[in-house]
Amino acid sequence: MFRPLRLLAFALVLLTAPAWAAIDPAQVLQLGDEDTDVRIEAIRKLTASQEPRAADILYALQNESLGLIEDGKRAVIVASGRMADAVTGADMGPAPPNFDALIINNRLRGEIDAALAALQLASPDVATRLAAARSLQGSENDELLPIVQQALDKETDPDVKVVLELSAASLALKNANPELRARAAAALGKSNDPQVRQVLSTIVARGSDGTYAEADERVRTAAQLSLAEINRRLFTTEIGLSAFTGLSLGSILLLAALGLAITYGLMGIINMAHGEFLMIGAYTTYLTQGVFRHYFPGAFDWYVVAALPAAFLVTALIGMALERGVLRWLYGRPLETLLTTWGVSLLLIQACRSLFGAQNVEVENPAWLSGGIAISGGYVIPFNRIAIIIFALIVLAAVWLMINRTRIGLFVRGVTQNRAMASCTGVPTHRVDMLTFGLGSGVAGLGGVALSQIGNVGPDLGQAYIVDSFMVVVLGGVGQLAGTVIAAFGLGSIAKFLEPLSGAVLAKIMVLVFIILFIQKRPQGLFALKGRSAEA
Amino acid sequence: MTRLFSPRAWTAIFAVAAVLVVVLPALHLALPESHPMHVSSFWITLLGKFMCYAVVALAMDLIWGYTGILSLGQGLFFALGGYAFGMYLMRQIGRDGVYKSDLPDFMVFLDWKELPWYWAGTDSFLWAAVLVVAVPGLLALAFGFFAFRSRIKGVYFSIITQALTYAAMLAFFRNDMGFGGNNGFTDFKRILGLPITSPEMRTALYVLSGLYLLGALVFARWIVTSKMGRVLTAIRDQESRLMFLGYRTRSYKLVIWTIAAAMSGIAGALYVPQVGIINPSEMSPANSIEIAIWAAVGGRGTLVGPILGAFAVNGAKTWFTVAYPELWLYFLGLLFVLVTLLLPRGLAGLAGTVLRRLPGRTAAKPATAPVAHEANP
Repeated sequence: MFRPLRLLAFALVLLTAPAWAAIDPAQVLQLGDEDTDVRIEAIRKLTASQEPRAADILYALQNESLGLIEDGKRAVIVASGRMADAVTGADMGPAPPNFDALIINNRLRGEIDAALAALQLASPDVATRLAAARSLQGSENDELLPIVQQALDKETDPDVKVVLELSAASLALKNANPELRARAAAALGKSNDPQVRQVLSTIVARGSDGTYAEADERVRTAAQLSLAEINRRLFTTEIGLSAFTGLSLGSILLLAALGLAITYGLMGIINMAHGEFLMIGAYTTYLTQGVFRHYFPGAFDWYVVAALPAAFLVTALIGMALERGVLRWLYGRPLETLLTTWGVSLLLIQACRSLFGAQNVEVENPAWLSGGIAISGGYVIPFNRIAIIIFALIVLAAVWLMINRTRIGLFVRGVTQNRAMASCTGVPTHRVDMLTFGLGSGVAGLGGVALSQIGNVGPDLGQAYIVDSFMVVVLGGVGQLAGTVIAAFGLGSIAKFLEPLSGAVLAKIMVLVFIILFIQKRPQGLFALKGRSAEA
Repeated sequence: MTRLFSPRAWTAIFAVAAVLVVVLPALHLALPESHPMHVSSFWITLLGKFMCYAVVALAMDLIWGYTGILSLGQGLFFALGGYAFGMYLMRQIGRDGVYKSDLPDFMVFLDWKELPWYWAGTDSFLWAAVLVVAVPGLLALAFGFFAFRSRIKGVYFSIITQALTYAAMLAFFRNDMGFGGNNGFTDFKRILGLPITSPEMRTALYVLSGLYLLGALVFARWIVTSKMGRVLTAIRDQESRLMFLGYRTRSYKLVIWTIAAAMSGIAGALYVPQVGIINPSEMSPANSIEIAIWAAVGGRGTLVGPILGAFAVNGAKTWFTVAYPELWLYFLGLLFVLVTLLLPRGLAGLAGTVLRRLPGRTAAKPATAPVAHEANP
């Protein structure tokens, strides 16, 4: 009864036979050569053949399941315990236990990625073609150019076509013919893609030994002109965008650090569990979202607004309980308080994991916070970022009014400046402590609502912000809101302006080192209360 | 003159040391695995690891328990010592790596052609030993010089040290640093040409850690009972008054801070070959805060207390993470809260109280009562 199936399989083998006949087995064997250059040459030749089998072989090499057997005379692919001939695809029985796959390094990996992308240009799926065309822009292999040009002739989708033209031009830059390179450099001036700019600037840049990476004068001039054209077009946009992202990061830091600065100024203790109040605020948003989805699906868009008072109340209550239950026993011992609140933060994180699971939960943006304003150069300013900047300013204004225009605010200022004297004049300092700690925690809860709209909500959410918010407090000094505000926006802007120059991680390290150095100059931060205490 | 340990305490310390350093390794090496008294390699590695931790806790006691400086970056110095020795271990792999190259595997993977300049000389054991002390020591010296000069102290100092270790962790996560990125160093093969996984080498490293811990304890006791130790205690209790009396408190703080860093660095160097890996997560701020709780649990300002604390907390961690992994963080969190609230003098303080109350026994009083005044800024 299996005969028809077998016949069919035989027929399929016959039909596909001409396709793999074109692959040269010697080339496949070269993939395992000692010399990386020879291996790259082999990859390029395989790609140029444009055989469907070539993609399979390259995939196997990428996944490190390609190997040589019979003393390096035959290439095989091993998949799920079976071995198959790499050139023909014929099954060769179970894989030997001591099979050694070929190992690849980063340079080969990049080459394989480009080769696979080129082979994917023929895919019927538009999204695959687009992704493949994009990834080809960084490739070094100009032999892919004919493949890209072929694809360009056949391409019908306008989006893919634009990207392909750019890919073709950036590949042509690697060509041996200077005429072709100069034309490609000139053509790239039309692009707004940041990647193109990178490519062009490497052409005009001088290497460390003083020679140009690009030998031909004409190519360099063309690249210089294109670069100037792109830069002129995008300059104001990018400055504005950096300022905006800096402002956005600053407002997030402000929301995270404002509560911390208030409690630190008042009580001289650093609350290591502050980040977890952000996390609780974000999870309260998540729960509010669930309630709205269930009971008020019509008003779903406004759940974020309802989450604000909820998050404030929940975190303020937990904060007050923490102050009454634990911290008040530790007054005058700030270092112990540091450790205790760290313990509290561990408890809160683990409790959150027990209640909601260790995975991130999904918090959806309401319709009025999704999307953004598109500006030139393919950049978008998202609505949720704009909303958070406005929200941070509103919270700041509310806290300022509360501290400077209310009776409790008067008490807070009094206790901050001189606790003993305030107590003597009848200020109930312990109640002030409790309420201020509640206020600080509540502000963190509000920050958590904001964070839930732009990032992942998970048990570790607070940990990501804790060091940053300490730095804001340390830099800003205590006792005055102005210091916190300037420190938050200053750090946000510096980080975002450094990022394009040095990369995100290095920018962060530089900011931390900058703060450590700054503290040498002004140990009390930007704004310090003047006093005559020897301990200050 | 303070007598930190009574003769009876010394006897107890040396008895425990003899069991740890002589009896256990002998039982590990001499007896066959089937023998009921055989000490398995699991225990040797585990205890060796704990003894390295104990030295860090001891260093923490010198700076926090005696001088009142809470460092939340002590793990950085531990990890730097580990990385310095790890460089030597990576060079000892030779051509036995996956890529059969003279360079460490991760450099081949990045397609680097030669060693970066700061790897120069790391194939020499002596130079590696110098680096183990010099790198954490010099970093602490430079950082401490500036921090103490501008009179950063208390919570501010703690937060800045935390930022320091956080920045270092981010930096070491980068592949471009030339320290293996997030994988760090691993797959070590040998030390001084001898295989690293043999029972003899394991025992040798273990005994070395034990002797180092004992030496560190004697050294720390010598410091705290010297005149300098008295000044350090005074700095903890009333730094301003000491300054008005004409002491240059910042020099004292700088010396003890640097010593503690170098001590932790050597502990890190002994730790890495025993666990077989070092990566940037050792520098995470959470690790450094955990070191503080070892000292707090054991009892600050007692020297022996933090050592016991390191063993107790890490023993609990080992047990919990196997038996009830989800409860470990609850336990650790509660430990932080309860020890600071209810047991400010730690296990050593508790033991002292219990011993004193026993009829007919007079236990040695702890030399100094910690937690006197810490000024509220």
